[in-house]
Amino acid sequence: MNIQLILFFVLAAIAAVTSVMVITRKNAVLSAVFLVLNFFALAGLYLLLNAQFIAVVQVIVYAGAIMVLFLFVLMLLNTETEHGLFVDKRGIKFFAILISAFVFVQLAFLIFKGNPSRTLTADEAASINAGTIQTIGHHLYTDYIIPFEVAGFLLLAATIGALVLAKKKFE
Amino acid sequence: MPANNFEYYLLMPYIVIGVGIVLSVVLEISTKKSKELLPWFSALLFFGTAIYSIFNVDQGLVLFSGMLEVGGKSAIFNTIFNFGAALIVLASIDFMKKYEADFGEYYILIQSSVLGMMIMASARDIFMIFMGLELMSICFYVLAGINRKKSSANEASLKYFLLGAFATGFIVYGIALIYGTTGSTSIQNLVENFVGYSSNILFVLGMILFFVGFSFKVAAVPFHMWVPDVYQGSATTVTGLMSTVGKAAAFSVFIIMLGAVVTYGAPNFFKSYFAVISALSMVVGSVIAISQDNLKRMLAYSSVSHAGYMIIGLAAGNKYSIAGIIFYLAAYAFMNIGAFSVISVIEGKDDSRTGIKSYAGLQSKSPFLAAMISLFMFALAGIPPLAGFFGKYYVFFGAIQANLTWLAIVGVLSSVISVYFYIRVVVYAYFKNSEEDFEIESSVGTYAAIIISAAFILILGFFPDMLLGIITSAIK
Repeated sequence: MNIQLILFFVLAAIAAVTSVMVITRKNAVLSAVFLVLNFFALAGLYLLLNAQFIAVVQVIVYAGAIMVLFLFVLMLLNTETEHGLFVDKRGIKFFAILISAFVFVQLAFLIFKGNPSRTLTADEAASINAGTIQTIGHHLYTDYIIPFEVAGFLLLAATIGALVLAKKKFE
Repeated sequence: MPANNFEYYLLMPYIVIGVGIVLSVVLEISTKKSKELLPWFSALLFFGTAIYSIFNVDQGLVLFSGMLEVGGKSAIFNTIFNFGAALIVLASIDFMKKYEADFGEYYILIQSSVLGMMIMASARDIFMIFMGLELMSICFYVLAGINRKKSSANEASLKYFLLGAFATGFIVYGIALIYGTTGSTSIQNLVENFVGYSSNILFVLGMILFFVGFSFKVAAVPFHMWVPDVYQGSATTVTGLMSTVGKAAAFSVFIIMLGAVVTYGAPNFFKSYFAVISALSMVVGSVIAISQDNLKRMLAYSSVSHAGYMIIGLAAGNKYSIAGIIFYLAAYAFMNIGAFSVISVIEGKDDSRTGIKSYAGLQSKSPFLAAMISLFMFALAGIPPLAGFFGKYYVFFGAIQANLTWLAIVGVLSSVISVYFYIRVVVYAYFKNSEEDFEIESSVGTYAAIIISAAFILILGFFPDMLLGIITSAIK
């Protein structure tokens, strides 16, 4: 058993367990924290698949920015007094089960149809290669250096603008 | 990558403004005196860049693996943006103090928005157009609401943000379709294979969506509904910036995207689209402006009809009309910045004295301001020999060359309508008796901006060939 396989099982177990935890917790803040954990496990799985850029973006954007926003909203709103979504709406529950079953069947079909030992075509190899940090960094600092710099100024201007509109004190 | 010194010389305007933004941020953080220093620092940057750029129009280069076109046409636009922004900065110094909103950040945001415009006008890749557009728009959204105490400024900022984001959605969807059908975001590729692509309905749809998004930005009818509230609610100097150089930046994108039509004589598939929105903008803008009593709102509708005159040039799509648009944009920048500067002097603290009644008897209060507002109004109405006349003349001439005589006639008729509401201001200033009593606080910076604008209106009016020669040498 090689290290990759061991890591896969560990990360997959974490992802599976945390995703169940997300939907079973009564406290919404706890759900959100488990979702962050789930994102980290998924990022690890992406790394094992050699999709380094997606792994990094998964951590920075999803686990970092978006989930922090979620947590803030959950903590500002008082969710504990809210009724559960499914308490007296049988119809919604039925559709939720139907849609999840549909997605599950699709995924299961893809997994059993796939052949992991076949050789990759040239296109597939190129698309896997495009997801590595080296390739993206190379493009970012050669062909796309000017848009990259402008993006820096864009973020600077947005930060200054947010500060002016939200924080500036009037006597 | 720039390989020799010559390329660095042509890149200098971008480097100067970019480094200027960073220096301004450092200045704002490190010293309490930044409020006094930053306006003059920004004005110096803008004037320097404007004068530097005008000498680079005869040498165009594409740098950074087909991303940025420096010199040439973009140098002309850089001059317009920087000169306009410099005048706005001069006019803002005392105006922002009046509203107690004289933050250093105001000037940093103006610098950033100008950098965005420069990027837009020099783009050779749709990616760059989008980055520049966002940089400019985000600064404008904030600048519109910079005076947070005024509820109309907050309203203007929010309206501009929501509708601007909506327009950006159109643009992004257009870009997605263009990228999907051409497989590249390069404008060079688009220009070279334009005729081949245009048989694909999805490509044409993408271009139309892209143009619709930018029609929002230039305030053309039927995409003009945000204009009156935003122009009236924002600080007067900010309105001056948005309505002149902001509009010029959006037109530069139109000209870049129509490069296949303009430069290589490809058939103009978008002629009917531009002709219709141009005719609508001219007529609707002029007619609604007649009933406006607030001067800022009147100038907002006048800005809609001026956008219509400029779009005539896009419908015509030949070199005369493109040179005419660029000339018009330069002339319009001086006329409108001058007019908004005069309004900003007369305007009282809490948004008062922007109505036309406050201009009654202006001649007895300040002969200088009365003469200047009359000059700007005559120029906006297009009375020869002022700059506004030649702007319209060149655009109409281009339209006739392209067999669009009916559009030129609509343009002339709507100019005739517009004379009414422009001259009305002059009549109030000279032939009505004053009803309100107020003191006009003179201000060095604003008066300098007014005098420079007036001087350029006269110079461009008497020697139009000077600027037109430079423009035609740049677009070749």
